[in-house]
Amino acid sequence: MNVMETLGSRSIKLRRGTSGRLTEPAWIKVLLIGVAMLFLAVFLILPLLVVFTEAFKKGIEVYFASITEPDAAAAIRLTLLTAAIAIPLNLVFGLAAAWAISKFDFAGKSLLVTLIDLPFSVSPVISGLIYVLLFGLQGWLGPWLQAQDFKIIFAIPGIVLATIFVTFPFVARELIPLMQTQGSEEEVAARVLGASGWQTFWRVTLPNVKWALLYGVILCNARAMGEFGAVSVVSGHIRGLTNTIPLHVEILYNEYNSAGAFAVASLLAILTLITLVLKSLIDWKAKIHAQFPDEVAGGRSYEH
Amino acid sequence: MLRALRRHRVLPGFGLTLGFSVFYLSLIVLIPLGAAFLKTFTMSWDHFWTTVTSARALASYRLSLGASMIAAATNTIMGLIVAWVLVRYEFAGKRILDALVDLPFALPTAVAGITLTAMFAGNGWLGSYFESLGVKVAFTRIGVVVALTFIGLPFVVRTLEPLLQDLDPEIEEAAATLGANRWQSWTRVIFPELLPALLTGFALAFARAIGEYGSVVFISGNMPMRTEITPLMIMTKLAQFDYAGATALAIAMLAMSFALLFLINLLQWWSRARYA
Repeated sequence: MNVMETLGSRSIKLRRGTSGRLTEPAWIKVLLIGVAMLFLAVFLILPLLVVFTEAFKKGIEVYFASITEPDAAAAIRLTLLTAAIAIPLNLVFGLAAAWAISKFDFAGKSLLVTLIDLPFSVSPVISGLIYVLLFGLQGWLGPWLQAQDFKIIFAIPGIVLATIFVTFPFVARELIPLMQTQGSEEEVAARVLGASGWQTFWRVTLPNVKWALLYGVILCNARAMGEFGAVSVVSGHIRGLTNTIPLHVEILYNEYNSAGAFAVASLLAILTLITLVLKSLIDWKAKIHAQFPDEVAGGRSYEH
Repeated sequence: MLRALRRHRVLPGFGLTLGFSVFYLSLIVLIPLGAAFLKTFTMSWDHFWTTVTSARALASYRLSLGASMIAAATNTIMGLIVAWVLVRYEFAGKRILDALVDLPFALPTAVAGITLTAMFAGNGWLGSYFESLGVKVAFTRIGVVVALTFIGLPFVVRTLEPLLQDLDPEIEEAAATLGANRWQSWTRVIFPELLPALLTGFALAFARAIGEYGSVVFISGNMPMRTEITPLMIMTKLAQFDYAGATALAIAMLAMSFALLFLINLLQWWSRARYA
């Protein structure tokens, strides 16, 4: 122990000799930390405090009345329904695309990867607009849809489509880089040992990517439930019918019902906080997994 | 290519997964986007040109591009400081702050919009301070910049953080050993390493800001010619059932953001070639 301590203090002394050149002077450190904290306080912490203060401004009864009234309940139901359709579809797509891209070589692969990211570089308003131009009354398929008496725009299918579009890349872009670095050796080994394609997928691939998958799903969910611009274009804003939670917030706010708007908005803020906590947990889990991959993998395989 | 397929034949599902991916991508993204582009051909060139060069449209491009530029530049400078502080220094509350950096990604834009408006309105927590200094933030162009700064905040921080973590301390030690003071090693050794990532972060924040709608629409006041951003103008045209006009503006906007992204990619390529 003594030797260790002397060694430790010696190395500290050695470091001190050059420390003036290896770190910033204390006052710069304090200044930088201060500037960063002020910036983050104004843009991250204050807004969170404002949401909840404004939500409870008129008391707890108004708060609960605002989030349980029929129109709000209908908006919550529609948002949950939309997410429940959009997330599984984008999840299956993400897995399929990542499998094709990471396990096989084919022409046009990098083009495919670029195109998958396309929805991120399109303004939300334009994401909604393209469906109006396709399915709206003046759109390409509008007259035909009207003849079939099937509404997409200003109805629930349009909201679901717009949501799928804006959340399209989330799962795929988490999975593709990870599965590309993991390669396909483990899958090939499983196949050689006699596993079927599905067994290989369920027992080898899926456990290897589960954290990235969960990560993608959580981000996809946050965006699906919170999307405003794209959904606003296709929704038609019919109260109780085609209003999602963010659109309901807008309506209440424009009616000068600030307490009601913030009460409903606070639901989304809570969802955001849950998302951030889960995200940090997954980051932490993934870090442990990356540090001790054998122990974690070994532990799992012996358990079953 | 055939040889490549044969080599990987031990794994199944190539046709199924690629087929489904391409089908789903076409159905959700490519066909609708293509249809929107085709729709502009149904209007005459003159009509298109007068729509996209009207005084009100030009004012909206100026605001959208200008405010996005200021917001992305602010985020580049502040993001560098925040990333540096979060990676290099130890202080209380650091891990919570680090997790909170993603808030603008996860917080729905409508919530961000009404919240920032409440904060910066004349009677708001921060707005009242600015008002006493004679500065109006909400319902002015400054408000637009504030909202765009909020939504672009995570990009630079999250692009720089992994790079700073992996930055080899030996190159800083080498610089110090060779007699560089801290400022010199910072500007000549560390900063060039970070520059490509800084530009990437800037580009991402800028691209996101140009298309942003939800957080701006509440705080901007939406006055044509003064505080109307391009996405909002598209929205207004749609509300008036002027689909051709909305499409023309959307095409102009897409063209601008693709051109800018291309430019920024060139810049990145240049900085990599120069410093790497």
